[in-house]
Amino acid sequence: MEGPEPTRDHRDDTLLQPIAKSGRPFWMLVGTLLAIGLWGAYAWSTQLRRGLSMTGLNVPVYWGLYITNFVFFIGISHAGTLISAILRLSHAEWRRPITRAAEVITVLVLFFGMGNVVLDLGRPDRVLNVLKHGNFTSPLLWDVASITTYLTASTIYLYLPLIPDIAILRDRLGKRHRFYRALSLGWAGTPRQQRILNGAIAAMAVIVIPIAVSVHTVVSWVFAMTVQPMWHSTIFGPYFVVGAIFSGIAAIIIAMAVIRRAYHLENYLKPIHFNNLGILLLVMTLLWFYFTFAEFLTTYYGAEPAHMAVFRSKTEGQFSPLFWFMFVTCFVVPFSFLANKRTRGTVWGTVTASISIEIGMWLERFLIVVPSLSHPRLPRTAASYTPSWVEWSMFAAFISMFLLLYAVFTKLFPIISIWEVREGREHGIREVTERVESYLPAAAEATHG
Amino acid sequence: MVVDLDRCTACQACVVACQVENNVAPAGAAEWRQGRAVSWLRLVAFQNGEHGTRPELRLMPVSCMHCQRPPCIKVCPVKATQIDREGLVAQVYARCIGCRYCTTACPYTVRHFNWKRPEWPRPMEQALSPDVSVRPRGVVEKCSFCHHRLQRARDQARLEGRRLREGDYVPACVETCPAEAMAFGDLEDPGSSVSRLAQGPRVFRLLEELGTEPKVIYLSKGESGGRA
Repeated sequence: MEGPEPTRDHRDDTLLQPIAKSGRPFWMLVGTLLAIGLWGAYAWSTQLRRGLSMTGLNVPVYWGLYITNFVFFIGISHAGTLISAILRLSHAEWRRPITRAAEVITVLVLFFGMGNVVLDLGRPDRVLNVLKHGNFTSPLLWDVASITTYLTASTIYLYLPLIPDIAILRDRLGKRHRFYRALSLGWAGTPRQQRILNGAIAAMAVIVIPIAVSVHTVVSWVFAMTVQPMWHSTIFGPYFVVGAIFSGIAAIIIAMAVIRRAYHLENYLKPIHFNNLGILLLVMTLLWFYFTFAEFLTTYYGAEPAHMAVFRSKTEGQFSPLFWFMFVTCFVVPFSFLANKRTRGTVWGTVTASISIEIGMWLERFLIVVPSLSHPRLPRTAASYTPSWVEWSMFAAFISMFLLLYAVFTKLFPIISIWEVREGREHGIREVTERVESYLPAAAEATHG
Repeated sequence: MVVDLDRCTACQACVVACQVENNVAPAGAAEWRQGRAVSWLRLVAFQNGEHGTRPELRLMPVSCMHCQRPPCIKVCPVKATQIDREGLVAQVYARCIGCRYCTTACPYTVRHFNWKRPEWPRPMEQALSPDVSVRPRGVVEKCSFCHHRLQRARDQARLEGRRLREGDYVPACVETCPAEAMAFGDLEDPGSSVSRLAQGPRVFRLLEELGTEPKVIYLSKGESGGRA
C-alpha cells in the first residue's frame, strides 16, 4: 500500500458526509417526492377501478403516454451501465467519480420502464401469463428476456465496485453496522481480493455492453417488426440505441450536476468531467441528426402514401409543432451549446444542453408511438389522442419515485466511488505515464532507429 | 367470405346483425366521440377519383380478414390469439393480458379493446345471445366469423354422421345481407360457391401487398373498386 491505510485515509471524507447525516432539505425533498408518489398511487387506483377508459387512448391510438415513457425510461437506462463499461474498458481515467452515479441510474430506472408496460396492460392481474404462456415470436417477450437480463447484469455491475466502499462504511460509519457488514462480504482489501474484484468488474463490463445494445434494439423491434407506416424500418434498432445513449449521457450530466451542488462535490466533479461527457454528447447529437435525417429522407424519397401520411403529420400536420420543437431541443440547442468550447467547458452549459435533450428525446419517443398509430392504412374517423390526467400523474409519480430512490441511494452508499478515486490517485497517475511511454519508441531504438 | 361490392347497398344490416349476434355492447355518443366504440364489422369509406373531378365515395364492410398469415398472431406475447383448424383467427379472452400489441400490429385496425366493462341498456341485457361469452374489461376482441355457429353446425353434422358441408353455417352478417352481397363457405374446396366467386377480374383483397393473405375477398367492377 502506497497511501495510508484505507480506513484511516481521511482525504475523501467529504464523500461520506451525505451518508453520515441528512439535513432538512433532504427530508423536505423526500416529503415532496412521496406526496407526488402518493398522488400517483391514487391515480393508479382509479385506473385499476375503472380500467384504461381513464386514459386518453382510443381506436386507433391504442398506445400513448405509457408506451412513450416505457421507451423513454429504458432509453435513460443506457446512461449508466453502458457508458460506465465503455469508460472502464477504455481506461478513461476521468471516469472515476462518474461511474457509480451513472450505474445507479440504470438499475433504478429500469424498474420504471417495466412498470410502464404493466400500467399499460388492460389486465395487469394476468401479467404472469407472459411466463406461463410465453410466445417467443412476440418482440414483447424478447423485451421481457433482454430487460430482465440487463437488470440482473447491471445490478451485479453496480454491486461489485460497491463492495470496497461498503467495507469503508462498515469500518467507519458507526451506524447500520450489520447492514454494511452483510453487504461487504468480508471485504478486507487484500491484494488477492482486489485482484478477483478487478477481474470480475472487467468481465462484467465486457458482458454488459452487448446486453445493453440488445435491450434498446429489442425495444425498437416492438415497433419495427410490425408493418405499420414509419415503424417498419430497419434503421430502428441502431436509431433507438443511439437515441438511448444520447438521452442516457444527458441524464448522467444532470445527475452529476445535482449531486455536485447538493453534496458540495465541486472538488470531485469538475468542469473537465462535464466537458469530457459534453464531447461524447456532442458526438451523439450529430449521430442523432444523421439517423433522423437518414430515416426521414428515405421515407420522403420512397413516398409511399401510407408512410407519407405519417411523415406529413409530423413535418407539417397536427404533430408539426411538437416535431420541430423536438428538432430544436434534440439538435439546435445541444449542438450550439456543446460545439462551443466556452459553454461546453462549464457545468451550466452542458446541463442546459442535457435538459434540452431530455425534453427532445421524450418528444421523439412520443412522435414515434402516436403519429404512426393515428394514421392507420385503412381510412377511419381518426380520434386524436390527448393524454388524460391519470397518464400525466403516473408520469410525474414515476419520475418522483425514481428521484426518491436515487436520493435514498446517495444516503446509503457513497455516490462517488471512494476506492476508485483513491486508486486513481495512488496507481492511476503512474499507470497512465507507463501507458503513454509504452506507445512511444523505446529510448534506445529512437536514437539508433 | 366473399363480399360483392357491386351488390352492396351499404345498408349496414350486417353491422347491426353482427352486433346483436355477438353480444357487442352498443356504444353511446361519448364512446363514439372518444373513438372507443367496439364494432367487429364496420363500413369503411373509400374515396375514388381525384378531388373535384369525379369524386366517388364507396363504403366497404370491413371485419377481421382472418388472414392466412396474420400479423397479430406472431406479436401476441401470451398466445392469446391463434389460427385454428378451420383457418379462423381466434381470440382467447381468458388469457389475453390486454397489451394491445395485436391491435397495433393489425394493418386493418379491426381488433378492438374493451376500454370499460360492456353495458347494455335495461331490456337489452335480457336478449344477449347465450352462445357467445360477454368479454370482460381489459381484453381484446374481434370478429370470430360467428365461431359459435360453426360449433353448432359441427355438432349437428357429427350427430347426422356426415362431414360439414356448404351451407351448414354462415355468419350472422352473411345471413342478414338483404342484397345478398355476401357469401360464405370453404375457400379450400374448389367446388364451393365462394371458391367460384373468388375467381375472375373483379376479385381483390384489402392491402394484399402486405402479404397477409386475407380470407375476406371483395368483388368490384374495374376502376371504381381497384384501389380500395
